[in-house]
Amino acid sequence: MLFRGLSLDLAPGQACHVTGSNGMGKSSLLRVIAGLLPAYAGTVSLSGRIALADERMALDTGQPLARALAHWARLDGADEAEIAAALSTVDLAHLAEVPVRFFSTGQRKRALLARVIISKATIWLLDEPANGLDTASIARLGEAIAAHRAGGGLVLAASHQPLPMEPTQVLSLVDFLVAEDA
Amino acid sequence: MSGALMALIRRELMLAFGLGGGARGSSGFMMPVIFFLAVATIYPFAVGPDAQLLGRTGGGVIWVAALLASILPIDRLVQADIDQGFIDQYVVRGLSEELIALAKTIAHWLSFGPPLMLAAIIAAGLLGLDAEQLLTVEIGLALATPALAALGVMIAALTANLRQGAALGGLLLLPLAVPLLIFGAGSLLPGGQNGLLLLAAASLLLTAICPIAAGAAIRAGRE
Repeated sequence: MLFRGLSLDLAPGQACHVTGSNGMGKSSLLRVIAGLLPAYAGTVSLSGRIALADERMALDTGQPLARALAHWARLDGADEAEIAAALSTVDLAHLAEVPVRFFSTGQRKRALLARVIISKATIWLLDEPANGLDTASIARLGEAIAAHRAGGGLVLAASHQPLPMEPTQVLSLVDFLVAEDA
Repeated sequence: MSGALMALIRRELMLAFGLGGGARGSSGFMMPVIFFLAVATIYPFAVGPDAQLLGRTGGGVIWVAALLASILPIDRLVQADIDQGFIDQYVVRGLSEELIALAKTIAHWLSFGPPLMLAAIIAAGLLGLDAEQLLTVEIGLALATPALAALGVMIAALTANLRQGAALGGLLLLPLAVPLLIFGAGSLLPGGQNGLLLLAAASLLLTAICPIAAGAAIRAGRE
């Protein structure tokens, strides 16, 4: 067991920053909320679609970025224009025709953010979204999050470092740790 | 839901035919076909050029080769998608693991069955089968390859995340595919036409059950 007694309530437009050091269970918390891991006890209730951005990109690396994203656009009901718009939001429009395998760490992270934007999901679950991003890209991440919240979306971001958003809540996992001797 | 199924099949086909790059390599669908033809080519070297003997045993060799060829693609079918996060992303979107497995089965069959059936024509020539035997082999392969594809996906799902998964996959597939081999090769014997009916029944059963088992295995593997 990683944590217990944890309670969190987010309304549209709100954002929560989950903090905690490595291995404390930030990613596990996101996976529980996303429905990928069963909670040992307790419930998760949410309305609206989820977009999960963890450390894995889920883009076919042999394909050009625009076509790799098109796979998710087909599943999420987005069109070409929305792909193009998302790419310019994350400043990757000029790399749309470049195979994903040539991308650097930061570019991969931005491609992942584009996938989240295209999904048009209400709930964004972001795991370390600022890792590997340069200053300009972090600012762009902040703009994307702000635009998403302004549109009624909500954001739950887990990171050990400061994030470019003004969270309505900060959830520190340290407070909910299961004591070693328990 | 059927739109999602089509989108999944489309991506699987693109990967299978070598357009997606990444973990499955390029033109991976050719490997089973080449292997299949290689077995058909070396068999006459082993038993000699006796046309009568080849004609009598060639059908069985084609079936053994088809079974062994179906092992080759197994390790690439599920593991890569788990590693790259595709399965998780599908599940977050509310797609069931069974639907994912079904899409993989359909796409795997399309990239595996028809090429193998085409290669069987060449193999029949190499092994000296007559036209009637070839027709029976082709009908048999058309019936059995969906089951071989479904078995492949199920075993790929079961052995995903195991260290020796690829080797284990072959060992698991062969016993499960024995009914297909018996009825398929049996249909080539004189008066064995009813073997095709039993082959169809065995194939239908496996094709129907395997995606459900594969879905359960993917789900179990995540938790």
